[in-house]
Formats: sequence, C-alpha cells, structure tokens
Amino acid sequence: MVAHLVRLRLRLLANTLRRSVWQTIGLCFAALYGLTVVGFFVAASIAGGRTDPVLTGQVLTVVGAVVVLAWWVVPLFAFGMDATLDPMRFVTFAIPRRRLLAGLAVAGVVSVPAAATLLAALGSSFAWASDPLALLAALLGAVAALALCVVGSRATTTALAPLLDSRRYREILMVVAIVPLLLIGPAVAWLSSGAEKSVGPEGVTVTASGPGPALLEALTRVADVVAWTPFGAPWAFAGAVHDGAWWLLLARIAVVVVTLGAAWWVWDRALARALVSPPHSSSGPKVRGLGWFARLPATPTGAVAARCATYWVRDPRYAVSLAVVPLLPVALAVVGLSTGAGTGLLLVVAPLTAFILGFGISNDVGYDHTAFALHVATGLPGRADRWGRVLPVVVVGAPLVVAMAVAATGAAGRWDALPALLGLSLGVLGASLGTSSAVSARLVYPVPKPGESAFKTPQGATVATLVAQSVAFLVVLALVLPTLALALAAILGAPAGFGWAAVAVGLATAAGALVVGVRWGARVYERRLPDLLAQVTAFR
Amino acid sequence: MTDGSGAATTATVVPVTSPDDPSQVADQGADQVARQGADPGPATPGAPAPPAALGLRGLWKKFGDKIAVAGIDLDVPAGSFFGLVGPNGAGKTTTLSMATGLLRPDFGTAHVLGTDLWAHPDEAKARLGILPDGVRLFDRLTGAQLLTYAGLLRGLDRSTVAERTEELLVAMDLTADRDTFVVDYSAGMTKKVALASAMIHAPRVLVLDEPFEAVDPVSAANIRDILHSYVDGGGTVVVSSHVMDLVQRMCSHVAIIAGGHVLDAGTVDAVRGEQTLEDRFVELVGGRRGTEGLAWLRTSSDSG
Repeated sequence: MVAHLVRLRLRLLANTLRRSVWQTIGLCFAALYGLTVVGFFVAASIAGGRTDPVLTGQVLTVVGAVVVLAWWVVPLFAFGMDATLDPMRFVTFAIPRRRLLAGLAVAGVVSVPAAATLLAALGSSFAWASDPLALLAALLGAVAALALCVVGSRATTTALAPLLDSRRYREILMVVAIVPLLLIGPAVAWLSSGAEKSVGPEGVTVTASGPGPALLEALTRVADVVAWTPFGAPWAFAGAVHDGAWWLLLARIAVVVVTLGAAWWVWDRALARALVSPPHSSSGPKVRGLGWFARLPATPTGAVAARCATYWVRDPRYAVSLAVVPLLPVALAVVGLSTGAGTGLLLVVAPLTAFILGFGISNDVGYDHTAFALHVATGLPGRADRWGRVLPVVVVGAPLVVAMAVAATGAAGRWDALPALLGLSLGVLGASLGTSSAVSARLVYPVPKPGESAFKTPQGATVATLVAQSVAFLVVLALVLPTLALALAAILGAPAGFGWAAVAVGLATAAGALVVGVRWGARVYERRLPDLLAQVTAFR
Repeated sequence: MTDGSGAATTATVVPVTSPDDPSQVADQGADQVARQGADPGPATPGAPAPPAALGLRGLWKKFGDKIAVAGIDLDVPAGSFFGLVGPNGAGKTTTLSMATGLLRPDFGTAHVLGTDLWAHPDEAKARLGILPDGVRLFDRLTGAQLLTYAGLLRGLDRSTVAERTEELLVAMDLTADRDTFVVDYSAGMTKKVALASAMIHAPRVLVLDEPFEAVDPVSAANIRDILHSYVDGGGTVVVSSHVMDLVQRMCSHVAIIAGGHVLDAGTVDAVRGEQTLEDRFVELVGGRRGTEGLAWLRTSSDSG
C-alpha cells in the first residue's frame, strides 16, 4: 500500500508536468526559486552556527516552530489545493485502515513542500557542525519535525474535515485568513522598529554588529518557551545536547513523541469516521424573501445590480476584497508609526480603497464563469449589464471613500489636504470603475471558479491575468494622472487653489471615465456576447 | 472489437448520401412541412406554411481540430414536441447552443420562428427559452431569487415576476426550498430551477438540453405534463436526450444526430417505422458490440 500510494503521488506529480511545456517551465522556475531560498537559509544558519551556535539554535527553534505551525494550520485555509491524497477518494477501495494510514503518511512526505522542509531542516542542522553530538541530535530533530509537520497537518485537516465540508465555515475561514496575511508586513515593520529602538542611539550600527542586547534577551525568552511547545521541541534537541542538559533533552523528546502519538491517534480516529460517513451537504443558511431584488427597481439594470450586491457579500471571492478595506488603515497606521513615516501615510487609504473597489469588477465575467450563459440567453442589453455591475460599487463606494478621506485627514491632522484627497479618491473610483467596465468586456482571464478557494490560482492563467491587469492598471493611472498631479501638489504644500482644482478635475475624470467606459464596454459586450461565453467555458 | 467500430464509422460518415433516402437532408424543410400538414397538430392544413420554430441551415462548428457539427440542416415545425437524440459526442449540445445564440457558428444560419437569430438576436432570444447543459447557475442566489432574476432580466414587471415565480416553484415542487441557496440544491433540484427560469417569460419555443437528467421520476412526470400542455397551447419544445423510450413516448418528432450530421429526421412514427426508436437508432448509428469478452464478470463462473 505504501509503495502504491507513493507511486500514485509521483505519477500525479509527473502528469502535472506533462500538461503543458509552459507549466513545466514555470515549475522549474518555482523549484529553482525554492532551492535558492532553502540554499540561502542553510548558508545563513551554517554561517550563524560558526559565530554563535547557541543563538543560531534559538533562532532556528523559533523559525522552525513557525514552519510546523504553518504546516498544521495553512491547509485548513487553503482547502482544495492538494486533494490528491484526500482520504475520501479511497473510500470505495476497501483498503484496511492501518495500511491506508501508513501509506498516506509516507506519501504525504513525497511532495514539494515536504521536500523543501526536509532539505532546509537537515541543512540548517549543520549550524551545529562544531559539535558532532549536537549535530546528530539536530539531524534527528529535523526528521522528527518533518514527521510532526506531515502527521500533524493530516490530523488537523482530517479531523476538521466535517467542519470544512460545510460551505459556510469554509467561506468564513477564507475571509478570516486574509487578516494574518495582510498583517504580516506591519508585524515585521513593528518588530524591526522594536529592534531599532532597543538598540537606541547607535541604531546605525545595528546592521553591522547584529541585533542589540534587549532583542537577544527577548529572543532567548521566546525560544525557551517555544522549545516546550510541540512545534518548537524537535528543533531544540541540539541546544539541549550542546548544553549537556540530558534531562531537558529527554523532556523535549517526550514532548515530540507524545505529540506525534496524539496526532497519529487523532488522524486514525478521524479517518475511521471519515471512511464510513461520506460528506453530506448540510442544509445551508437560508435567506427569507428576495433581498436586494425586492428593494432595487424591477428593471434589467436593477436586477443585475441586485445580483451583484448580493454577490459582493455572499461570494467569498468578492467578500475577501471587501474584508481588506477595514484592515488597510490599521496596516498603514502601524507601518507609518513604526517606520517613522508618521500618520501622513494614512492619506493613501482612501484612494487605495477606491482603486480596490473599482478594480474588483475588472474581471466580472470571469467571476460569473458559465453562469454568464443566463445573460447571453436572455439577450440582456449591454448597457443593463454594465451599469448593473457598476452601480452597487458606486452607491456603496463613493460614500465609503469620502468617509475614509475625511477620517484619514482628521487622523493625520491634515485638514488642508481634504479637498485634494476627496478629488483624488473619487477620481480613482470613477476611473477604475469605468476602466473595469470596458476592460472586462474585452479581456477575460481565469479566476478561482465559484465555490473554490479565493486563494487558488487557476493553472495556465498567469500571462492572461498579467496582461489584463496591467492594461487596466495603466489605463487607470493615465486617466487619473492630471488629478494625481494636482492633488499631490496640494498635499505637498501648494496653494489651496490646487486642492479645489483637484476636486473639479477628479469629479470630471470620474464622470467622464464612467460614462465612456460603460458605453464602450456595453458596445463591446454586445458584439462579443457569445465569444465571452465561449471564453469562460474554456476555463474549466 | 475493431470490426464493430469500423462499421460504426462507415455508418456515421455516409448518412447524408445514404441510398435509402437521398433527398432526405436536402429537402428537409419541404418534407417537414408536408408531414406537419398531415399531423393533427395546431397548424391548419391549407393555410400558408408557418415558419419553422427552429430552422437550421448548414451549421458548422469546429473546436481546434475536432469538427463537432458538420453541416446540420434541420427544421423543427412549430407546435411540435421535438426530440434530438444521438450518442455521446454527437454534437447535440453544440447544435442546440448554436441554435439558441450561446455559441457562434463557423458557418450557417439559425432562424427562430422566421427571425434570423444571429442577425437579430434580441428579437429571436425573446421568443426562446433555453435550458443549457453543463453551465453553472448564479448559485449564490436562493431559488426564488434566481427565478426573479431571470424574469427581471427578461424585462417583465415586478408583479408578473412575483406571480410566475410562485407558480413555477409550485409546479417544480420547490416551494419548500425557495429560500435555500441554489449552491445547496441537489442535481435534480438544480435542473428543475434552471428549467423554471427558462420558462418564466412564456417563450414560444423551449430548447431544453437533457432536461430530465438527475430529475426524480415524479418531478419528471410533472415536467412532462407541463411541457405537453405547453405544446397543446401552441408552443414548441425541443429536447435532447439519450433515453430513446422517453423520446418515443413523449415526442411527436425526432432527429437522430451522430458525428455532427443529421442521420434521419421527421415524425417519430416515420423515423422508427416498424421498429422501436431504440432499434432504429442503433441501426443508424451502429457500434453495437457482441457479448463476447468480460467472461470473468459472470459471477456464476465462480473463478474469484
């Protein structure tokens, strides 16, 4: 069974390579990139090990713990990305559970991420090259860590599978996952600023002489705690050996063995349950009445607007971009405060939100996928389709952007910049909506299909996506350039007249881009109606 | 094995020039109208021939190197219950897509009740109700919302949409799930709600691609009743199906398609003659294998 599943895994890997030459080339680059990262990581840890093995060990413990944690948690968010060894696929084959479990465990190691983790873990063990016993412990720790990664991730995904089967939980998870992703940058900025502050006045020497003493102390404390958790314990074997703390080593081994055993047991139980209870679609949430359809005008345009408004909330692929909006000011404030750029950075929030909202519909037909056939079949006029998609964003977006501009100028104490900011934000909103209306009738590119993870990148989409998005971006940029120039001048201290000019030019840009974009988009839409459907149908 | 498939290819490649009925495809239109006059259908004999509900002339479609539809001529008489049958990959869905404005043909024309579909799509589409096969629905809407959406897109007013939505939900036995999202529907329920949204604007011609797939027998019988009374009221229904018995029982006319060609078309009785429709289909399309082989599958042979 082990051999069968490993062979299946390798065959699946090989088959993805055979699908197209470009995909193979892409994978080669990805592999090269991965190897480079692993190589740098290994080189850095070996270099660190030469100067200070104990400190390097502490860093490796913390980094390693994050890696194991990621293995356990990330698959929960990124469901459906790698379902080749989904236990549900083996239900009908009547394989004894014990053998299936062993097979899945070994086959789980045969994957690109596992190979990268193993290489990095084994390589970084050579930070202890000066102490052969510690090196041996580190190598053993690396293997134990990989086992923890693989078994742990299978345990969490299989145990939580019933929850993930529920469409609602999956979608909420997907939207929630955006929070940590967006806060990684600010967190790094905050940590590094903390390091600078702890060093104090001679901050310039930080990069040359290594981190300051306060940070070292903090690191030691964190590493000590992390080493007792199941995630960090395997990485701390070597440290214990190096210190000659044999009881400590024993305790850490015990932590790893117990965790591994517990994870294995949970996986076994969950698999046993999964194999006899096929996924069932629980009755999902219900919505009484017609929602937006009852509130908006009973015209084709109103109907499209009602449908789009419903989708912005209901479809996680749209909801993710909405969820970003409230997080933007938080992220920018943290970065601004920690890097010393100040609250002035907050002024970017309103135009950025306008762009995100306007760009959100730049591939609307791609998001519809073949459900777009309804629009084709009904012979819906292009104007109704285009305006219907734009109007909900205008109605919600314009007040939102204005409120954000006001709040940002208030928070930054730059009331003088308000007119310029308002003009720029509304200009960006109108220009990006108009561009999206035109571009989405001409350039369609594959996106995650309805119901798939919003973070999944469809295969073979890179070039088309890149072309469509850069075209749209450049057009928007060209359209708002006059407004941007005036607004920047006003914000950077030009006379107040510039700000009011920015308002006028911004509003004119918005209205012009919206009307022209929608009209042109409607004409292209009507001409290319069946071709648009043929394009999205080809995205299967 | 090889013999069987060889025979099948010959049968599918030469149908148009087949000696039994050389005029069959070329004179399809006249032929159909003549038969129509003899039918106890809604068309009055002697009156000028009404335009065909669907008139397809020389439709071609190529996907890459594969020719999916190779010159289809077909007339669906107004007021008929028309079955389109053919093996998997015969070009049924491609033909119906080109006949309803979902797919642009490489060559050829399609007329809906005399209106050129590809020249005047809005006019033609207003008379068509379409149930495409293998497309998604806007499934983040509830059943009631989806029907409302389809009605409003067709330009109906609010009260008409509300009234017809209720009636269609009852007819399709979906009232209990009116507020459930379509994404949570079973395959049969999805088919039914799609069918309902194809009918909400009271079209003159209904084109249904595999309408009974995955639908339970009771709902299927109800839908058949609805379609029959629709035809009795002067509407035209075109259905594609694999199920010969169903087509023989349900339809007044039938066309057999294979390899992108029409092999035979006309009233069901004229096409099948003395045989059942299924036998006639197999005779035209070919490809039946003997029962040799798979001996080990016979459980009585007791080898495993």
